[in-house]
Amino acid sequence: MEPFRKRLRQWLTLVGLSAVLLLAGCSREQYVVLDPKGPVAKQQYDLIVWSFGLMLIIVLAVFGIFAYVIIKYRAKPENKGYEPPDQEGSKLLETIWTLIPVAVVIALAIPTVKATYGLEKQPSSDRPPMTIKVTSADWKWIFRYPKEGIETVNYVTIPADTPVRFEMDAVGPMNSFWVPSLGGQEYTMPGMVMNLWLQADQPGVYQGRSANFSGKYFTHMTFDVIAKSPADYDKWVQQVKKTAPKQTEAQYLQLLERGLAKKMTFSSYPKIADQAGLIGEVKGIREKMNRPEEPDTGTMHHHHHAH
Amino acid sequence: MGFHLPKNFLVTGEPMIVVAEVLSVLTLAGIVFALTYYKKWKWLWDEWLTTVDHKKIGIMYIISSLLMLFRGGIDGLLMRTQLALPNLHVLDAEHYNQIFTAHGTIMIFFMAMPFIFGLMNVAVPLQIGARDVAYPYLNALSFWLFFFGCMLFNISFMIGGAPDAGWTNYTPLAGSDLAPGPGINYYLLSLQISGIGSLMTGINFLVTILKMRAPGMTLMRMPMFTWSVLITSIIIIFAFPVLTVALALLTIDRLFGSHFFTVSGGGEPMMWANLFWIWGHPEVYIVVLPAFGIFSEVISTFARKRLFGYSAMVYSMVVISAVSFLTWVHHFFTMGAGPAVNSFFSVSTMAIAIPTGVKVFNWLFTLYKGRIEFTTPMLWAVGFIPTFLIGGLTGVMLAVAPADYQYHNSYFLISHFHYALVGGAVFGCLAGLYYWWPKMFGFKLDERQGKWAFWLFNIGFNLCFFPQYFVGLMGMTRRMYTYPEGLGWTPYNLISTVGAYMMGVGFIIMVYNILYSIRHGERDLTGDIWNGRTLEWSISSPAPHYNFARIPEVDDLDAWWHMKKRKRKQPWELRPLKPIHMPNNSGRPFIMSAWFFVAGFGLVFEWHWMGIIGLLGVLYCMLKRSFEYDDHHYIQVDEIERTESAAGRA
Repeated sequence: MEPFRKRLRQWLTLVGLSAVLLLAGCSREQYVVLDPKGPVAKQQYDLIVWSFGLMLIIVLAVFGIFAYVIIKYRAKPENKGYEPPDQEGSKLLETIWTLIPVAVVIALAIPTVKATYGLEKQPSSDRPPMTIKVTSADWKWIFRYPKEGIETVNYVTIPADTPVRFEMDAVGPMNSFWVPSLGGQEYTMPGMVMNLWLQADQPGVYQGRSANFSGKYFTHMTFDVIAKSPADYDKWVQQVKKTAPKQTEAQYLQLLERGLAKKMTFSSYPKIADQAGLIGEVKGIREKMNRPEEPDTGTMHHHHHAH
Repeated sequence: MGFHLPKNFLVTGEPMIVVAEVLSVLTLAGIVFALTYYKKWKWLWDEWLTTVDHKKIGIMYIISSLLMLFRGGIDGLLMRTQLALPNLHVLDAEHYNQIFTAHGTIMIFFMAMPFIFGLMNVAVPLQIGARDVAYPYLNALSFWLFFFGCMLFNISFMIGGAPDAGWTNYTPLAGSDLAPGPGINYYLLSLQISGIGSLMTGINFLVTILKMRAPGMTLMRMPMFTWSVLITSIIIIFAFPVLTVALALLTIDRLFGSHFFTVSGGGEPMMWANLFWIWGHPEVYIVVLPAFGIFSEVISTFARKRLFGYSAMVYSMVVISAVSFLTWVHHFFTMGAGPAVNSFFSVSTMAIAIPTGVKVFNWLFTLYKGRIEFTTPMLWAVGFIPTFLIGGLTGVMLAVAPADYQYHNSYFLISHFHYALVGGAVFGCLAGLYYWWPKMFGFKLDERQGKWAFWLFNIGFNLCFFPQYFVGLMGMTRRMYTYPEGLGWTPYNLISTVGAYMMGVGFIIMVYNILYSIRHGERDLTGDIWNGRTLEWSISSPAPHYNFARIPEVDDLDAWWHMKKRKRKQPWELRPLKPIHMPNNSGRPFIMSAWFFVAGFGLVFEWHWMGIIGLLGVLYCMLKRSFEYDDHHYIQVDEIERTESAAGRA
């Protein structure tokens, strides 16, 4: 059974991929979802290909019957007197086309459930996992590295080949944290902490964006994931600690206000940053800090159009 | 409680909106002028605004939906224009956000659903041999609530500003903190008003179908469209109250400062997503199941064959309706409900494919060994099969939760649901429109133009939406108002835009077809222009006010088909005519709904005094209705005889 299934999978992968690429006539790298760069994305990619293959079989079968029927039984002058028979149905046929979809659903459900549970777990790796905390705010991404004590905005640096657990929350609206090359998305929500495991196999720069509409400048809520070799990552952290400015509370609160932001790097972040996502609203955070809103210091600070 | 006029009461910032405002005023003035010039006000009031006749109400639903298809289609074209090439500035972010919100809301609430309701109104009483729906007055009220809700939504972009949080209107984005002002209030109140109408339609048709079928028409002898409407009515009755509650809670949050959906007040923003989709997923079936019913009628009629596997068709619809309430979480697998929940909803979603698959095969085998005539309604029905198949199967792919983490909110999803909803509901509405048009108006729509419209729309549709699967896999997400160069997205978006314009041309031809056929269309003198199978084809076209001079007796599925075959008259056909009991027209449904509009408009701007006045008006209308006793009349035998012999059926 196993080798057959493996062969079938390989075959379906081939057919599926070539169909997709043929129709598209583009390079594979641009199909970020179909070009996984880490184990999480790979697992999802395998499921996509498997489900696509199964669906393709059904499409071909139904299209075949469909074309046959509408061509063969169309009204023509030759069959003018033909009176179609009244068929009530057929127990046998109807049972067959109930059971086939049942089989397809089972063939799809088993790997789906397995992967759904599997993706909750840390991807296997020789290297110890790390945690990065993510807060989305209107309209930027704030990354905190709790062990290192540093913060970056609109980009995140991770060590390659290392499972990274993103702990995500939000100030303001919901967003969705999506780095298609590394794996599927998860929502960021105020008042709730969400977990997402991702891992990059190789050093590289991967595009991330918000996948859930969050208002005016949602489109520009993109970020880069920069995967460095573990040694380079350590070097980068040391450099940030040495050269980047510390982030004050006021700066952090300012960052939470609505507006776009450039890429930023800080060698520290204030305590309130760890509670912000749980409070979930700028107003609430300011109240808690006893810092009323600062009058109009640019809700659109660092404004730039990412055209 | 005060009267505070917002700064931007009449929206003037955007030239495109100003043009729309001028055009709206001119159109309105033109209508008023024409009605006055041709002295048609009384006709309008007596024949249409006060009617309780299901056929006329159906026609008004359909006209409104076609207008909304136009408005929602323009919104779609604006979006496609903006996205045709990277970095375009046809629309800015805020305007784009308003437009996609309007597009989604209008297409679902004010186009697809009323279109379906219109066809239900036109066909169901005729199919079951009834003289009207169970509650004709309520039926008129349903329509006018929809109409005024729809108007309230449609003025938002000119007066006060349009909603811009997407048709899904997720909190906290749609809360008063992040979206102050009238926009979201418009969304909440217009949907609330029209939603009351929808719920009443569900109740009305449930009772109509259960209680008013002609003698002998057992449940398993009902036409498939009637079956689909019965099941849809049950879904409406269970699903719409959830929407009502969700809208009410958010309205209370926004208007009176409660915290059902705000974190700081102990509320739960995710609750909106849950409530919205507990209604929202069944809603998909509210518009798709009746379309399935229409396809069943059309396919069986033009294949000249009884529907294959009738009872399996019924049972699969029942299963679909039940399971449709157990799949809502698949709209947010990515909100971290945990693996057990996601697994359950993954599998339940895939399971819907099983009864749906059964239906597809039964349609194919209805065609098998038939003699298929490709009339315009049949083209839409046949075109539906491959289109919906692609929509359905990509739906199964989306049901795979871990894979959905990669598709969610991407253009892959956009393409999927357009294939399902346009390929299912819109194709169904258009099939039904062409199919029942002769029954509504007594003439046929031109076939040649109808076919042009079909092919342009269908090819345009596939050009528009097929590329979106690919651009989704390239990482493009919905609701982006623009995109940068260099990601490989441009060719797909450009093709997509070209396809959208082709659909637009198809729509224009359809409208032209209607205008052309009013003068030149083939007149339907027999009442049975398609050689139909069900009872609506047994009476003259357009159907007389009372529908059936004698209530037919039914002894099989496809009752009319068998009557035609039998030739010899049945005893019921020879019975003497009797006076027919009919409901009186009433202006109150219109007036009551206008009061709802007043209340809604006031609450949109948080002028609570105006809200109260409006609701008092509603209450007054309800009281008047409660004490109304003289609400019916009889059509006398001589009048029936005159009508029947005028139609050549003495």
